Parts: sequence; C-alpha cells; structure tokens
Amino acid sequence: MRSYLPAYELAAPRDLADVLDRIAREPGAWKLFAGGTDLMVLLEAGKLAHKNFLSIWKLPELRGIEIATDHVTIGALTTYTDVRRNGTLAGEFPLLARAAAETGSIATQNRGTLGGNIANASPAADSPPALLVYDAELEIVSTRGTRWSRYDGFHSGYKKMDLRYDELIRRIRLPRARQAWKQYYRKVGTRRAQAISKVCFAGAAQVDAGRVSDVRLALGSVAPTVVRARETEKLLRGERLSPSVLRAAQEVLAHEIGPIDDMRSTARYRRRVSQNLLAEFIEMLSQ
Amino acid sequence: MPEGARKIRVTCEVNGKPAALDAYPMARLLDVLREELGLTGTKEGCGEGECGACAVEIDGALVNSCLVPAVHAEGAKIRTIEGVARGDRLDAVQQAFLAHGGAQCGICTPGMILAATNLLARHPEPTDAEIREGLAGNLCRCTGYVKIFESVVAACREAEPQP
Repeated sequence: MRSYLPAYELAAPRDLADVLDRIAREPGAWKLFAGGTDLMVLLEAGKLAHKNFLSIWKLPELRGIEIATDHVTIGALTTYTDVRRNGTLAGEFPLLARAAAETGSIATQNRGTLGGNIANASPAADSPPALLVYDAELEIVSTRGTRWSRYDGFHSGYKKMDLRYDELIRRIRLPRARQAWKQYYRKVGTRRAQAISKVCFAGAAQVDAGRVSDVRLALGSVAPTVVRARETEKLLRGERLSPSVLRAAQEVLAHEIGPIDDMRSTARYRRRVSQNLLAEFIEMLSQ
Repeated sequence: MPEGARKIRVTCEVNGKPAALDAYPMARLLDVLREELGLTGTKEGCGEGECGACAVEIDGALVNSCLVPAVHAEGAKIRTIEGVARGDRLDAVQQAFLAHGGAQCGICTPGMILAATNLLARHPEPTDAEIREGLAGNLCRCTGYVKIFESVVAACREAEPQP
C-alpha cells in the first residue's frame, strides 16, 4: 500500500556543506536521497521506513568525471548514462560501462547513480563487482574532514557499510591500471534487459605467456554483499591455464561464495552458474 | 528534526509552458502531472520503475515519472506525451504507430512514444539493437512488440528531413 505522503520530508539543501552540517548536527535524523530509483519504489510499496530525507541530486560537488594520469575520479552522482557516455570509462573500464548498460532501462540509467548503487548496499547491484575488480577507492566526507577508503571491505554485511551517520560518499577513484588486462563481465537474469541479477560476475586477469600473473574476480547476488572471490584468485595466480586448473578453481569458488534461495533464484542454480561463468572467463583468457 | 512535510511550490516548464505546482516534496511527478495539471496521457503501470508506462522527459532525458519526486522537478523542462505533437501535426513516431498498428489497448503507448522519440533524438538512424535497447524499459502486454518495433523502424524511414 502507498505510503502517506505528508509524513515524508525531502528537503533540498543548497550545497554540500549544508548537507554535511545537517547530518552532523542531527545524528540519524536524515538519510540521503540521490536519483531515487530505489527509494521511490519503497515509498510506493509502503516500505520506506525512514521519513526524513535530504536530496543531494542537484549538488554540483558530487558530479563530474576527472581523468588524471594514473587514475580516474568519478563523482558519486555520476549516472549510468554518464558512465556510458564517457570515452575514457567506456574504453579503459569496460566492465563498469557494461554494468552501466545492463542496469535497468535507459530511464533508470538516467537517474540511478554509482554512489547510490554503493550506498543502497544491495548484494545484487550491478556496478560493485566492476568496482571491486578495478580496486576502487571511496572518498568519504563529513564536517570532520575527508578520508579515502578501499571499496573492497566497505560492505561488512547485508546492507551494512563502513559509513557513519555524518558521512557521505563524495567520489569514487579508479586506478588506470587494467588496460593490459583481459576483462570479462556477465550478468545473468531472467531476461536480457531490465532484470535484477541472479548472478553477476566480473573478472580481469593479466596473462603472460599462458600464465596468470594477476587476477581479480568479483561476484554479485551470491553472498550478503557483493564479494571478491579471493581464494579462487589465489588459486589462479601464477598458474598456467588448463582444464585441471579450471576444475580446481571452480571447486574453490563454489565453497567461497554463499548464495541463498530467494524470489529470484536458488542457491544451487547460482553456485552452478557462478562456476560456469568462471569457465567462460578462463576460456576467454586462453584465447 | 521535522515532523512531517508541508507542500512546496515547484516552478518548472511543462510542454513549453511555465507551470507552478503545489505538492508534497516526495509526491511522484506522475501523480503531480496527472492530478495537478490534468495531463492524464502519462499512465501508471507498475509504479515501481519496471514498465515505462509513466515515461516522460526531464531536460531531454527519459525518466520514469513514478520514480521522480516533485522536488526534483524544480527548474526542470518536462515533456509529456501531450507535448509530442505540434498542434494537430503528429510526430513521425505517432504517425508510424497509427499506420503500423503499434498501439492496441493504449496503456503503454504514451511511454513507448516517449521512449521512441527520445531514442531517435539520440540516434536518428538507430540500429536494430539500439531500437531494442531504447524500448527495453517499456512493457506491452498486447502487441508482442513486433508491431511496435516496426513502427519505430518506419518512423525513422518516414521522418521528414529536418530543415
């Protein structure tokens, strides 16, 4: 049932300093509202528990994509459409561009933001696996100052993250370090477009003369958070690609993820598909 | 800390005309357009951003108006299905939907037309894949999509050259 509208405040502070001041002064009173593609769904379903929001959608301090020599810095309010239209991101960070293209529809891509995708903390989000593969870092700001935090480990449990009540994700930084790596992204859902994932797999590896010198693997919808498959990475690192290495890696992957049965899929299906996607990734590396 | 919200005044432009709306800040743009401005061409399907029936353009970008709060309409240029035709002259996409059976029950049609015109503004000569992607966020339960797809293809072919 629809929520009672007069109960919901959505204020629009004029700048970032004003937002930070308010969330610091009134602990827990306000939550942040960006593109609204998740929160408005909860509102209509009568499931939006929190009542007071600050809109950050129009704050210029949270927008823009900066390209530096060794990294790219992306404002938290960068939409999926912005990601797709940026030449550097599309060229050097194809997994992120692909994730953006596979998130919802064009209408959703015009409103959904990378920062929102992180802060909403869904284990089924499409961009976080790509961000993990790229060793993303988050710039977190508050009235107390600025800190940079590795995105890996930012989510500590289902919908839990390393973000205090007075903090906000301002930017995402990606090292420009993957150009020479082979990269792979595949989202498996009920239909090709406009579906939430059953399993999402992002992988990248540096292969020298048939040997994996370094590798990153990250999966969505197979654990309480989006996860790095560290054990599987460890097994693959230094190995020469072969059917027996693949089988061993699939075995490790099946044990280190923790998928569940839910409305979208089953644990068994997700585990099997994760292994199949790993096989497809390894096959791509071998080519 | 506030105890509930008051209505706010939102000034924007709708279909080329200035509009001032009084709405709760979290009110859905969909409801504001329909109930405050009487623009009932914008339809509600799912109410959760899956079906595209409520699609409108904000500053040239396609959005689902069920997911846009009224406060985000401040200062925006909004285009709804009522703003697609120029007077009595239908847009090439509307004409093509008529000629090629792109509309049946009509509920998805306003959103489909907006998605298609938005696509053609970005890609005047879209590939088949671009057309499919441009319409992927709009669900139709009547046509089976083939006639809609053909209507968009026809609209590209028949669109008058822009002066």
